[in-house]
Amino acid sequence: MTQSAQTARLKDRGLIDRSQSLTFTFDGVPYNGYAGDTLASALLANGVRLVGRSFKYHRPRGILTSGSEEPNALVELRSGARREPNTKATITELYDGLEAKSQNRFPSLSLDLLAINGLVSPFLSAGFYYKTFMWPASFWEKIYEPMIRRAAGLGRAAQEHDPDSYDKAFAFCDVLVVGSGPAGLMAALTAARTGARVILVDESFAFGGRLLSDVRTVGGANGADWVNSVVAELKSFPGVQLMPRTTVFGAYDSGQFGAVERVADHVPVPAAGVPRQRLWRIVAKHTIIAQGALERPIVFGNNDRPGVMLASAVRTYINRFGVKPGETAVVFSNNDDGASTIADLVGAGIRVAALVDTRTVLQPATKSFARKHGIRIFEGAVVADAIGSSRVTGARIVAADGTSQNIACDLIAVSGGFNPSVQVSTHLGGRAQWQQELAAFVPGALPKGMAVSGSAKGTFGLASCLKEGAQAGEAAAVASGFQAKGAAVPAADDEPSDISAFWHVKTAKHKAFVDQQNDVTAADVALAEREGFRSVEHLKRYTTLGMATDQGKTSNVNGLAMLAQLTGKTIAATGATSARPPYTPVSLGALAGEHRGKHFKATRLTPSHDWAKERGAVFIETGMWLRAQYYPKPGENDWLTTVCREVNTVRNSVGVCDVSTLGKIEIHGTDAGKFLDRVYINMMSTLGVGKARYGMMLREDGIAMDDGTAARFADDRYFITTTTANAIKVLQHLELCRQWYWPDLDVQIFPVSDQWAQYSVAGPRARDLLAKIVDAPFDISNAAFPYMAVAELTVMGGVKARLYRLSFSGEMAYEIAVPARQGDRLMRTLMAKGEEFGIAPYGTEALGVMRIEKGHVAGPELNGTTTAADLGLGKMASTKKDFVGRVLSQRPGLTDPTRPRVVGFRPVDRSQRLRGGAHFIGKSDAAVAQNDQGYMTSVAYSPSLGHWIGLGLLANAESRMGEILRAYDPVRNGDVLVEVVPATFVDVEGARLRV
Amino acid sequence: MRINCPHCGLRSNDEFSYLGDASVVRPDPAAPNATEAFYAFGYERANIAGPMQELWYHAAGCHAWLVVTRDTRNHEILDVKSAQEVALERQKAAGTAQ
Repeated sequence: MTQSAQTARLKDRGLIDRSQSLTFTFDGVPYNGYAGDTLASALLANGVRLVGRSFKYHRPRGILTSGSEEPNALVELRSGARREPNTKATITELYDGLEAKSQNRFPSLSLDLLAINGLVSPFLSAGFYYKTFMWPASFWEKIYEPMIRRAAGLGRAAQEHDPDSYDKAFAFCDVLVVGSGPAGLMAALTAARTGARVILVDESFAFGGRLLSDVRTVGGANGADWVNSVVAELKSFPGVQLMPRTTVFGAYDSGQFGAVERVADHVPVPAAGVPRQRLWRIVAKHTIIAQGALERPIVFGNNDRPGVMLASAVRTYINRFGVKPGETAVVFSNNDDGASTIADLVGAGIRVAALVDTRTVLQPATKSFARKHGIRIFEGAVVADAIGSSRVTGARIVAADGTSQNIACDLIAVSGGFNPSVQVSTHLGGRAQWQQELAAFVPGALPKGMAVSGSAKGTFGLASCLKEGAQAGEAAAVASGFQAKGAAVPAADDEPSDISAFWHVKTAKHKAFVDQQNDVTAADVALAEREGFRSVEHLKRYTTLGMATDQGKTSNVNGLAMLAQLTGKTIAATGATSARPPYTPVSLGALAGEHRGKHFKATRLTPSHDWAKERGAVFIETGMWLRAQYYPKPGENDWLTTVCREVNTVRNSVGVCDVSTLGKIEIHGTDAGKFLDRVYINMMSTLGVGKARYGMMLREDGIAMDDGTAARFADDRYFITTTTANAIKVLQHLELCRQWYWPDLDVQIFPVSDQWAQYSVAGPRARDLLAKIVDAPFDISNAAFPYMAVAELTVMGGVKARLYRLSFSGEMAYEIAVPARQGDRLMRTLMAKGEEFGIAPYGTEALGVMRIEKGHVAGPELNGTTTAADLGLGKMASTKKDFVGRVLSQRPGLTDPTRPRVVGFRPVDRSQRLRGGAHFIGKSDAAVAQNDQGYMTSVAYSPSLGHWIGLGLLANAESRMGEILRAYDPVRNGDVLVEVVPATFVDVEGARLRV
Repeated sequence: MRINCPHCGLRSNDEFSYLGDASVVRPDPAAPNATEAFYAFGYERANIAGPMQELWYHAAGCHAWLVVTRDTRNHEILDVKSAQEVALERQKAAGTAQ
């Protein structure tokens, strides 16, 4: 890389570290800068003024500001997977190897073919899209939108996965101070001295705010040195957390704030284990917003040309970064900021051609300073137009008497006054208030625990900011319970801050931009007003003013003030649009944090997951669980072959299925039975000890909520299961019933889903297998342990276990539960001992096939629209007691006999496949919605019957056995004739359960 | 929002799940107008702008149901009570323990 000149670098100014030279590239050209530079200051040091093209007209744009309000200097940072579009050069901390590209130009920055948009600009005015692309409607998606998207827009997002990590963290404090200018530093220091836990946040990499950018004296010291001493003292307190490179982007209720810390944005690649950014949730008892104020431009002709810069930014580049933003300056202001700026320009050896002020009489001191340095003064005058195309070459000044003259310059420093940063302090709904004497909006009603101090509140003098910060810091600490220490406020002067509101130069001949990022001009604002868009909210949406990534930080107030002028209303009556989070854009990566890819949600594994994995199981996600779906054997290439084998093994010998994912809840207490009677539709208090019973719960509106079994181990000790999907919901419901409906019952509820590994052992040889693992003297014979018996016992030589004789498959079956840590061992033991019976593990598919063969309802039927009666379980509901859902289940709509009910289906042509979701239509009816009679909920290929079977919800189901219907599935071209049959397909009498 | 759980202390609302209006009480199922009363209990809710009593469940905590008084206009939490204690008091007042 060649050494570049840094021709615009000042020799003896700036807080940059000249011992650390950094190399970077912009559009492929190598440059040098120093540690402590931003990309913007380093570009300016190298004489680079043109940094981007505008959104709509592709106009050449430079650097307007020195902060996060920048509308123009947006670049693509880095490359490849780390490419980051729309990065503000003004806050991008320079690092060695930084790679940046300009945006929105084709083919190159200096020669942009789409700049022709500027010539056709009469057609791109406010509301242009709404008016022009209305017709024909069919053109929108295919022609207009792609065309507009190509021509307009900003940077390109990376196409690859972001290789970096993002973190989330919480922080808690007594006093949060947002912003580290004079007010913020004093607030933090004063609070810290009381012993309060303080967090000080600043979006820059250096603390100090304007004290780094202006030449000021604080407590007898140079401003920057004073900042260093305060930061050093803050670091000495153990309860103080300093967070540079952190933006508080939003205020939320209960004293919570969202913040993004740019942990590693200032290095090319984050170090191992270091996130790029960290999303903070800061919880503060008290908060002091000291974010300062942002200077606003004045709207004049060609005010977007590279070389037009905010006056405060000019001083920042000179004083903080040691950079000359131009050789010859014209300063244009409506307030005393102009005077400060000419002083710093002269101090840096930059020629000042003129001070143009809209006010008619300037301070004598300013005038004598100007005279001394050969600066022409124009009072009551304006810069009407910037001259020059790709950079400023002069200013057309219109004097108080209306005469116009051109003055050569390459820098126009502009100040239209200051907008206090009221965004975060109004996020919770407080409306910003217009103060005419300050010509600024100041914060309105503040949320509890929040104070605003310094220029964020409209207090513009340095001495006042220091004092106000100290007072706010002390008040916040005292309110948090700490003893005031009496803060000494360092001596300083209040700078003059006289202002006379001035917004828009009407004598401009050229396009005058209000919102530079969205290319909204003064003419657009006027057009919107003429067309009736006279409220600020309408103006915003019609012209897109303030809707760009900068959220109008340099344009909103100008826009609404111009609207006020046009409508003849006051600014106070015109009002401002509401600021909403985020204050500056937040990357999606930071919001997602670690929750991406497979970490998007937690994955729950059953205790014998590793065994299933070794066995080659194919897994399926059910909620957060990974469950074995089926276990293919070598040579089985098709899931159906595997599932049929698994079903046949269960029906003919024995199979084992992991059902650990079921919800499991202990219900204890003397009123446990009474309690369960009230939550299940059927009686549970009459259940004998050592027995289990199937049960169903309803929602209070009468719709089925969940089903499962209840087992009773003692008079006051029940254990119930829920479906996998509803485990959490049912627990929450039961807790509501216990605590809120019937708080006087003696009942305790414990979720134990994760405590037990549970397996279904099913098939004619199930008992033979279990007999091998139960410890003596447990008698597992059919007589001693019949269908629906339950017991606590030990297995495998002393392992605590529970055995339930339950069946979901229709075979003689058991569920056996052991403590979770024994699950893997139990599974391996069952497989080993079952080898002689030809045991097979079976997954959720075979489980599903067998339950459909038996007509048991599951998730597809318990779908939030069905009642117990719809599910064929109406007779279970007890008439001897009340239960949740009973009253409303008796509503006419839910007891209508024509409601669709669960019934079985088989294809008339047994070779045909059935499809879940197919709708039932009368055999000779047209397939239209009004002929719809229900739909297929579950289907399976039944290896036991050798054809497809289904369960479905059908109107008037009971009276239609044997009827032939169309099962119509237009999505998959299905139109199959099916026969209505009873919902049980295998072992209709249930004889196998009880052998 | 941050909710001061009487058992666990001040916690983020992430730990809680919301049910709704705590001022509606499950009606007496044996009352002659039970159907209408349950209909109202199930479906009729006031849309309150201001302090409202709500049921929240400390799902990622102690599993207690809470009666939280929240100002719906600004999410200010004005009061938090154990739902079970509120329900017991209500029963005591009405003499309806079952």
